[in-house]
Amino acid sequence: MDKRLERILPRVQKPARYVGGEYNAVMKEKGSVDTRVAFCFPDTYEIGMSNLGMRILYGVMNEMEGVWCERVFAPWGDMEEEMRKAGMPLYALESGDPISEFDIIAFSVGYEMAFPAILNMLDLGGVPLHSSERTSLTPLVIAGGTAMYNSEPMADFIDLVSLGEGEDLTVEIIELYRKAKREGWDKQRFLAAAAQLEGVYVPSLYDVSYNDDGTVQSITPKCGAPARVTKRIVQDMDKSYFPTKTIVPSTEIVQDRVMLELFRGCIRGCRFCQAGYVYRPVRSRSCDLCAQYAQESVEDSGYQEMTLSSLSTSDYPPLTELCDKLEDFCAERHVNLSLPSLRADNFSMALMERLQKGRKSGLTFAPEAGTQRLRDAINKNLTEEDLLASCRRAFAGGYSAVKLYFMLGLPTETDEDVLAIADVAAHVMHAWRESASNKARGVRITVSTSWFVPKPHTAFQWEPQIPKEEYERRVKLLRDHMNTKTVNYNWHDSDTSFLEAVLARGDRRLCKVLETAWRKGAKLDAWEEYFSLERWMEAFRECGLDPHFYANRTRSHDELMPWSMIASGVTEAYLKREHERAYRAETTPDCRTQCNACGANRLVGGKCDV
Amino acid sequence: MSKLRLLFVKEAQASYISHLDLMRTFQRIFPRADLHLKHSQGYHPHPLISIVLPLPVAQSSECELLDCEVLEQTNGEGIAEKLNAGLPLGLRVRECYEVTRPARELAFLRAKVELEYDAGVPTGCVDALRGLFSRESIVIEKRTKRKELAEVDIRPMISQVLLCEGDGCVHADVLVQAQNPGLNPALLVRAIETHLPQYAPDFSRVRREELFDEDMKTFR
Ligand code: SF4
Repeated sequence: MDKRLERILPRVQKPARYVGGEYNAVMKEKGSVDTRVAFCFPDTYEIGMSNLGMRILYGVMNEMEGVWCERVFAPWGDMEEEMRKAGMPLYALESGDPISEFDIIAFSVGYEMAFPAILNMLDLGGVPLHSSERTSLTPLVIAGGTAMYNSEPMADFIDLVSLGEGEDLTVEIIELYRKAKREGWDKQRFLAAAAQLEGVYVPSLYDVSYNDDGTVQSITPKCGAPARVTKRIVQDMDKSYFPTKTIVPSTEIVQDRVMLELFRGCIRGCRFCQAGYVYRPVRSRSCDLCAQYAQESVEDSGYQEMTLSSLSTSDYPPLTELCDKLEDFCAERHVNLSLPSLRADNFSMALMERLQKGRKSGLTFAPEAGTQRLRDAINKNLTEEDLLASCRRAFAGGYSAVKLYFMLGLPTETDEDVLAIADVAAHVMHAWRESASNKARGVRITVSTSWFVPKPHTAFQWEPQIPKEEYERRVKLLRDHMNTKTVNYNWHDSDTSFLEAVLARGDRRLCKVLETAWRKGAKLDAWEEYFSLERWMEAFRECGLDPHFYANRTRSHDELMPWSMIASGVTEAYLKREHERAYRAETTPDCRTQCNACGANRLVGGKCDV
Repeated sequence: MSKLRLLFVKEAQASYISHLDLMRTFQRIFPRADLHLKHSQGYHPHPLISIVLPLPVAQSSECELLDCEVLEQTNGEGIAEKLNAGLPLGLRVRECYEVTRPARELAFLRAKVELEYDAGVPTGCVDALRGLFSRESIVIEKRTKRKELAEVDIRPMISQVLLCEGDGCVHADVLVQAQNPGLNPALLVRAIETHLPQYAPDFSRVRREELFDEDMKTFR
């Protein structure tokens, strides 16, 4: 082990996350590979290792002959400080080598608040921040992940963006890189060639000009780059790679269990949900294969917990059949099956009762809005009657805690909608009184509200985030009306939602704000401990930009969005239609009931297999 | 059903795995080797395993012990090899056998403490340290379970300290009481920092070498 590291580790919190060596970590001979990838997750080990996408791509890359992919995570503040003091650059866990020595530095970016961590990791690795300063082919800095559907705020720092699901495209990018390395191409030649790969967006190959009012005037591709880059997807889930032999961390992580992915995409079409749009269309893995992967994963890892993970798991058609198949095996191995998200309907409730057996922990539902009108406007397919029936059933079955999640500031929200949240909570309380099997235990009902963040590539991408004062007024309004005893009200009063709204729909001019904020100390800003709005506001002032322009402005349907060169497969016309329907509180049926012609079918060659 | 004991090495990367995480890691290793741990009863059944004398984080050891019950009938033969196939780097099972002696008979442990001096070992250091460890009492400040600072005399828990000078370091071969109360050998370094600050090392390493019973016979 590195001597510097040996001296640092006894002084930092949770040192096990900085040493690697876990079961199933992939070790290769340096001399036997020609391409080394530092796969970076711009957050802590515990968060990064919980990411299924990262585990998939780690497996895919390491299956490539001659390629060694290693993992890199953001160190916590104490570790970073020690590393900087000791002059120790950011290193990859498998070999311990500094990331600057790798061919490709690849970031997996799931959320905007991780942007500053990317800059900090590059800096800690001794890698120049700007793409333009890195003139040679190596190291190449690439990025993918949901937050890259608008990569503009990172445009100056990233050489190349891989859009959508990376199973195939990552391999293509690496193969092209190897060719470039063999044939001695310069970086420019490589980037121009990479831009021809379907799903690759090279920010430096696009010129962006602005109108006087700050909106984008034009986006002009150069060097033959396509005007629009459409995301890539896996066509056949039964043929796609699934990591049944995957790293088992030696220290506790957030998702410390087998994550079994049943399907991709979501049939529901909630209008606020970015994942729901950008992962379209829905593609399922067959039930037999899921069962096989489940067994193999449990046998190899020794885990005793397994989550059936997908965007809306109860929409997996053969879910009951899958649970039947897994039941005996799981019982014999003491494996608990869990569902990450629960729909409030009979089917889900029955399934959950079956899986949870004796363990009656709390239940969580996300009605998102208080009135039926607003739930229709956001296309959240849930009625209060469904919710109450589910609660009654749960209380009768012995549950004594329910958590309800809502958003404040959704488009078209009125005070009536806000107050209705208190009514929903009161009705749930009433349901408990009517049906609880054991009243002596009491009940805990928790209502949580968050501040709605409009996201690009959704039906609400044109919408403003409501101003902070207005958000706070609505919180207070609700708080004053939450007078049911035993209802606990939590609200997210964090300024992170505001910054998230700025970055999510930002343009390239935000690159300098990001850099300024990072120089002032922004790093792990997804963590309350490290986030400071003041720092960001100063950065905006110094750069002469107004954050409210990005967060709180209503865009018109004919405005050119900064992320217009990127396509998720869902057409802008469809998003506009959905946006208009929201204002009429008209729902749109799910993909299984009726195809609504969103455009994503073209990604699978015609018709979605829902 | 069999009561088994594992004798294992914990070093390098694995020396940073905390006690709780180590338990979790072992819980997962047994099913990988097709062994079924006996589980506790109740709503949250958990596997019954325990580590005899948990090693402080960042120390390494030749001789950790873990007790467990498996549903299979076995005397432990062949199990070490099976388990080793699924272990993280730095953990290695040396032996697996049926438990014959209760853990409370473990009385002493021998450890190597390496004291590193970046600018070379100061002159007179070894003699001074010998002087320190032959005192009648060696009082240091230590945090109690309730996180308060308290003074303790560690001298009664030290049986032997053999010192020899190496290149840029001093090797201490120490024999200390293992339990009731036990002494963490790292506290010898604390004693140096407290009483001979001029000889405080820049860095120190602790490695457990062997376990003994009351009669100084190897404990297994
Ligand atoms: S094309 Fe139709 S079925 Fe396919 S994702 Fe879009 S709305 Fe759903």
